[in-house]
Amino acid sequence: MVTFLLRRVLLMVPTLWAIATLAFFLVRGAPGGPFQSEKEIPAIARAQLMHKYGLDQPLHVQYLRFLTGVARLDFGPSYKFPSRQVREIIAEALPVSLELGGWALLLAIVVGVPIGIYAAVRQNTTGDFAAMAVALAGVSIPNFVLGPVLVLALSLTLYWLPPALWEGPQSRVLPVLTLATAYVAYIARLTRAGMLEVLRQDFIRTARAKGLSERVVVLKHASKLGILPVVSFIGPAAARVMMGSIVVESIFSVPGMGRYLVNAAFNRDYTLVLGEVLFYAGLLMTLNLLVDVAYTWLDPRVELA
Amino acid sequence: MSIGIAPPAHVFEPDPVGPEPDLALAGAAPRSLWDDAWLRLRRNRAAVMGAVFLAWMSLTAAFAPWLPGMQDPTAQDLALGASPPSIAHWFGTDELGRDAFARVIYGGRISLMVGVVATLVSLLIGVTWGATAGYRGGRLDDFMMRVVDILYSLPYIFLVILLLVFFSRSIVMLFVALGLVQWLTMARIVRGQVLSLKQQTFVEAARALGAGDARIIFRHIVPNTLGPVIVYTTLTVPAVILQEAFLSFLGLGVQPPAASWGTLVSDGARLLAFFPWLVIFPGVALSLTLLCFNFLGDGLRDALDPQDRRDVA
Repeated sequence: MVTFLLRRVLLMVPTLWAIATLAFFLVRGAPGGPFQSEKEIPAIARAQLMHKYGLDQPLHVQYLRFLTGVARLDFGPSYKFPSRQVREIIAEALPVSLELGGWALLLAIVVGVPIGIYAAVRQNTTGDFAAMAVALAGVSIPNFVLGPVLVLALSLTLYWLPPALWEGPQSRVLPVLTLATAYVAYIARLTRAGMLEVLRQDFIRTARAKGLSERVVVLKHASKLGILPVVSFIGPAAARVMMGSIVVESIFSVPGMGRYLVNAAFNRDYTLVLGEVLFYAGLLMTLNLLVDVAYTWLDPRVELA
Repeated sequence: MSIGIAPPAHVFEPDPVGPEPDLALAGAAPRSLWDDAWLRLRRNRAAVMGAVFLAWMSLTAAFAPWLPGMQDPTAQDLALGASPPSIAHWFGTDELGRDAFARVIYGGRISLMVGVVATLVSLLIGVTWGATAGYRGGRLDDFMMRVVDILYSLPYIFLVILLLVFFSRSIVMLFVALGLVQWLTMARIVRGQVLSLKQQTFVEAARALGAGDARIIFRHIVPNTLGPVIVYTTLTVPAVILQEAFLSFLGLGVQPPAASWGTLVSDGARLLAFFPWLVIFPGVALSLTLLCFNFLGDGLRDALDPQDRRDVA
């Protein structure tokens, strides 16, 4: 277990290094400097700016400085908001995104798994077909379509919920719902498929044969294995929730990482974009690692390799 | 939600094709795998409906410029401005007085084209990569699959954003970026298939007859991997369309005056409170298309690969 963790953490380092290097040279090779959008500025001021961001040094020095900065989660000051460090912006926006994504993921699991189990137990009945048709529709409606439609229905027509911003518990409902719907549907499909697979196995027949109630068979024996696909999906799901969060934060003006990323992309705020992408990458790999660990806990047959 | 007491679920599932006796033994012409699959697909009503809708949508989009009564999606009518759906403008008009129906159809042209072209790019790379790795095996296989593993762990959508931010936001860049990130799963699928296929006797026979590696791979092995490849391709197209729409929604994808469904939804969302029809129609077109691709993909998987239903992606 310890060696497994160690090896995985050590594997993360070269991957992150590759991303950092790629990102660094993408930025340096990109057309136009960070100050291009400004009006013509005096040469001295320009030199000062270059000096401030360390752009006047040789490339390999810049690269090394960048790498050591990344290792310390220090991405330098934002190009667009020079008084602020990228690190500060991330520290401020991260809790918001985590809250949004966390609620959405929780909602997806809490609602999706029971629906999937229900559909599996009632396989090929109307209830199953209805649940799966709705689930497929849920998978197919992009969140940036669902979001505006929900706003239109629940905010602008019925006046139940605020249409945007991130103030007070009511403002959480629409963004979380918009973000979660696709994953509710997807997890329901995964659970159903996983449960169907398990329910036809011998140990389930044994459990039934020794007279256990169907409830115990399904909930206690089958579901632990049946939701394994869901567990392994949590890693990718977290990744996709982050991606979806970018859109949802833009729709609802939520001050999270995603909205900063989009704004930074438009402002060509290179340091902020780089910092965010690297941070996302690290976060994602950590999550995948945790999922692998959780997987062995649920299914002892899986060996950590 | 109560799970309740249910009848014993799934003890024996009859063959979905039905109880027809296997006539092959009786001397009748045996049905091929493809005939079987075709039969199963045709019985899947959702998949057939999906295919019909997609065919209609693609044809309408492809021939839009020559369709009678189709209005010019760029013709502005500033005096008219935004108007709700009417007989003259089925989907209404946008704030510049452009016909929303024409814009949705032309948006579909771009969305579908991006989906298909980027999928073809990924198909080409993925099949070649996977087939080569699986066929050669050994150290080359290790290396090629390790590359795939590493690329897999990259948060590729952020890399796409990086690419699109730092380089031109052109449609070609979009093809490349989306195609480059989609081939990984395809490579894995093809490699797995090839690994098991290359052990089989017909490959040995081909080699005994003096066929070269390239001929064996592309003539004998790749055609046998077609089933899973077709299924996965069908599911890749909507994934790509969705990603294109996602990028366009953020303003990083298709640039004006061209407009995809993602751009249309994005533009409409800004004026949601005033002109809701500008979001609803492109949104419905996009969602329906994705739904139909998913129906078709599910149906194809059940038809071509009835055993393996674990991966519901």
